[in-house]
Amino acid sequence: MKYLNFLIIVFFLNANSLDAKDNNLQIKITKNLRCLICQGQSVYDSDSEFANSVKIIVEKKLDEGLSEKQIYSYLKEKYGEWILYDPKFGKNTYVLWLLPIFFFLIGGAIIFKLFIIKKN
Amino acid sequence: MKNKIFPFFLTIIFLIIFFIFYKGLQNSNIYVPKSVSKQDIPKFKVKIFETNNKIDSEIIFKKNKFYLLNIWASWCLPCRDEHKFLIDLSKIKNLEIVGLNYKDKKKNANSFLEELKNPYDIILSDDDGTIAIEWSAYGVPESFLIYNDKIIKKIIGPINKNILIEIKKLIK
Repeated sequence: MKYLNFLIIVFFLNANSLDAKDNNLQIKITKNLRCLICQGQSVYDSDSEFANSVKIIVEKKLDEGLSEKQIYSYLKEKYGEWILYDPKFGKNTYVLWLLPIFFFLIGGAIIFKLFIIKKN
Repeated sequence: MKNKIFPFFLTIIFLIIFFIFYKGLQNSNIYVPKSVSKQDIPKFKVKIFETNNKIDSEIIFKKNKFYLLNIWASWCLPCRDEHKFLIDLSKIKNLEIVGLNYKDKKKNANSFLEELKNPYDIILSDDDGTIAIEWSAYGVPESFLIYNDKIIKKIIGPINKNILIEIKKLIK
């Protein structure tokens, strides 16, 4: 009985990993796409008609041999930058990209002033 | 020294955050894809609704003629509202109306057309919604006015009286 349970568990683990291999990239891509109907969700999370169609499109394009980047640019051409969760550096997104660096530098400056200069 | 720097940076950081949130407050948070006019129509293979035969999109859209591609479904309520305007448009000779039946059951679609009349010159079916994505559509109903293989007007949502007048003007 012990062995049987063990075998069943091994079987399901394997089945899962087989499935995962095929879908890993598709999941990664759809998680990085914004659903335009329910705008707080990714395409992966959403079950709207639009999101389901995009999932099918991504799968089809992967079968056709397109790379991740090609799929992103295909959808960007159709729906604009907004469909991507990972926005490129541009005139609308520079605050988003530069602000953390800015904060990091300010934090660094504070630490430098407080601790290092004080020590000297 | 310490007492001066800390409140100074705190105020600056606060001001920056305040500015960003204040700016964000005024932006609309509903995104509509940019409607690019004069965009080329996509090329695709599609099933014909009545016969289930596959057809190339290039055969459907010919030059020197106006086409209105209308994405519809029997389950879509705004499609019912816009239907009478489509019937009206179907009387124009220079305009051919192409229906794209979006994620619909054939039986329901047929009874929808029986009930409200059929304004379409040809109906295509889009079972999995992928053709609609080729057209950068993201919902139903959506319509595209096409001339010489270019999209000259994109209508998101149902056609209403004003849009009907605008379409008639564009065609003349």
